[in-house]
This record gives sequence, C-alpha cells and structure tokens, in this order.
Amino acid sequence: MQQIINFLIRNKNFLLFVFLFFISLVFTIQSHSYHKSKFINSANFFSGGLYESVSNVQGYFNLKTYNKQLLEENARLRESVQRLTSSNKVDSLSQVFLNPTDTLDVQFNYIPARVLDNSYSRTDNIITLKAGRRNSVQADMGVITSHGIVGIVERTSTKYSTVLSILNSSFETNAKLRSSDHVGTLKWDGQDPNIMKVTEMQEQAPIKIGDTIETSGKSAIFPKGIPIGTIENFHLDGSKNFYTLSIRLFNDMTNLGHVYIIKNNDREEIKTLENGITNEE
Amino acid sequence: MKNSVLVNSVRFIALLLAQVFIFNNINFMGYINPYPYVLFILVFPFNANRSLYLCIAFLTGLTMDMFGNSGGIHAAACLVIAYFRPIALRFTFGVSYEYNAIKLPNVSFYERLIFISSLVFLHHLVLFSLEVFNTSNILYILKKTLFTGIFTSILCLVFNILFSSRQQ
Repeated sequence: MQQIINFLIRNKNFLLFVFLFFISLVFTIQSHSYHKSKFINSANFFSGGLYESVSNVQGYFNLKTYNKQLLEENARLRESVQRLTSSNKVDSLSQVFLNPTDTLDVQFNYIPARVLDNSYSRTDNIITLKAGRRNSVQADMGVITSHGIVGIVERTSTKYSTVLSILNSSFETNAKLRSSDHVGTLKWDGQDPNIMKVTEMQEQAPIKIGDTIETSGKSAIFPKGIPIGTIENFHLDGSKNFYTLSIRLFNDMTNLGHVYIIKNNDREEIKTLENGITNEE
Repeated sequence: MKNSVLVNSVRFIALLLAQVFIFNNINFMGYINPYPYVLFILVFPFNANRSLYLCIAFLTGLTMDMFGNSGGIHAAACLVIAYFRPIALRFTFGVSYEYNAIKLPNVSFYERLIFISSLVFLHHLVLFSLEVFNTSNILYILKKTLFTGIFTSILCLVFNILFSSRQQ
C-alpha cells in the first residue's frame, strides 16, 4: 500500500498530465461527431457576450456591404411579390404588406440574426449567431442568407446559438439540379472555402458546367429551392455509376453579416409521420 | 510573488483577447492563423509548481476552445507543451537550467529561437493532428504545421523581445 501511494506521489505530474489529456481527447472526439452533447462551446454568456460587444464595433466597417445586400434582396422580393399579385393569387399588394401572416398558412418562418463570429479556415467550422431560445431558435433549424445556404443550428443558449457551417466535415445535406430532380449529397472536403462537392449524383442526370445546384427539400431542415452554387466541373466516380461535382458557392462564406434562420412549422408533423412509418416496418 | 501573479494574469488576458479577436481572423493565404497565445505557456515562471502549471495550461487551452468551438484540441496541445517544457529547457540551455539560473530576458537570441520554435512546432503538430483527425490527410497536417509554426514562432519571438527587454 505504502509503495502504491509512493508511486502515485512520485508520478503525480505524469498522472495529472494523462488525466487532463484524456479529458481533452474526449472533448475533441465529441466535437468531431455531429450532435453529441458538447460542454465547451461559444453559445454561452461569457464568450457570446464578448463576441457581441466586439461585433457591435466591427459591424460599422461593413455597413455599406450589408446595406447593398439588403437592397438587392428587397428588390428581388418586390419583384416576386409583383409577380404574385399579377398572377391573381393575392388580391392586392396592400393585403400582403398589412397582414403578412394572415394571407397564407405558411410552412416556413424566417428569423433574422446577426453573425457574431465566423470561421472558415479550419476543417470543422462553426458560426456563432446573436439569436437564441429567446428568439425561438432551436437545434436543427436551417440557416441561409439571401444568396444561399449557410449551415444548421447546432446548440442554443438563451441569447446565442452556434451553427454547424456548411464548411464542416460533419455537414451533409441533399442537393439537386435546378433543371431536373436528380439528387446528390452535398459535402465539404476541407480545402477551399468557395468550393463544395456533390457526390452520388445519378449517372443519368443531365449535367452541364454552369448549371445551378439547389436544396432538394427532402429534409425537414431546408425548404426546396434554396440556391447553393454552380457546377464548376464534374467527373464519373470509380464505379462509373455516379457523378462527383465540384460546386462554386453563391455565398461568400468568408464574409457573412446577417443571416436568416428557417423555422419549419410542420417539422413535428413530418417527424412523427416518418417515425410512424419506420415503426410499422 | 504577488507581482508575478499580477503580471501573469495581465499577460493571460491580453494574449487571449489578442488571439481571439485579432489573430484568429488573419487567415493569411486562406488558412494560416498564427497562435501567439502559446507564449503565455512558454514564458510562465520556470520555478512554478508543476501540477499547478499543467492545470493552468489546460485551462488556457480550454478557454481557446470555448471561443473557437473546437472541442478540446487547444487544451490537449497546450497540455503537451506544458508537460514537455522542462525537456525543451534542458535541451536548449543544458546545465544552467538545472541550477535554476535561467532568465529568459538574459539568454541569447539563438537559444530563445530554438526554445520557442521547438515548443511552437510541437504545439501545432498536436493541434492540427487533432483538428483534422484523419490519417489520410497527413501531408495537409504537416504543411499547415510548418507554415503556421513559422508564423507563430516569429510573432512569439517579436512579442518576447519587445516585452521582456524592459525587465532587464
């Protein structure tokens, strides 16, 4: 017994080293698997608050760009409202603007949020947003900008949330061609923050360089038809059955200011339905 | 003693803030972000209690992880260099380290360079191996370690020389 205690005392630094190293390895492995409980994240009072106060200052430097983005988006939205009214689905413009929620039973709500911290140079990138449970943000909601998709909400606190960026090795979603309904899997290979890969696209798909890729709407996270990027080049994989496409993103992931979080009001319904089907099988 | 606690606390806060808000956003050549916060662990008093030193290094790394959402990679890397610092000291300064006679402001430039860069490269190797976490990307890990390591070493040397010359 004496010897064991002596051994422990003599090697206490080594044992402490091994113990702490083990803890950090556990944290690391958790961070590499999607949706494991994570203790250390930036959606907390301390780091979120610090990020917010610095972002308040940094925001001024980009006001011009953000204003331009918002103006462009407004113009586009006005055009589509005009088109809606002219196709007689809605009686008049004023009806849309006065009671925006009243006219249609909407499936998706959009929650605006400001980006506090954005990384894009690592293999697993995370974005911190100024919107949390108080703004009814929950895990597994999609995040987009006016140009395209950004990521999926991962953790929330009362005022902040972290987003699994599309530039993350554990991110995966369905993507389809705009011109047809062929679906592939969208992933990032960890290299260039402007390029993503779509794999497992059927060989029959009519692919041309420059075609647009958008979300398929097969998951409950993103609605159908949110733009992702254009095809830069493509090749058949080893088995000659599937295409692998390189996609140039519409979104400049290195310069994000304001984003929208998508709330799917039918998500619970879709989920219970899907669970019911798998249970019956 | 009190003075040393104060100096180290100020250094800790200053380096961490600079790291989170300046050096994490440099993205030189697309992917190179230096990590000069390791200087805090390198110049931590040489005669401090080792268990305390290991715990402080671990907490420093964990704070970085909290800001960067990176799990535990900084904690692990900081812990490794804290554990191997005595070996690096003995390797660089030889016998004089054994007699506790080393004061970093008094050593020559080359000794300082070897001491800082050896531990910086060790830190970055552990950091990027855990970050990429994939043996098929080993070339990418080594490339990133080399370039970021050079960048960080230069910054650490500059900070070290700038801020320690007055204490002489």
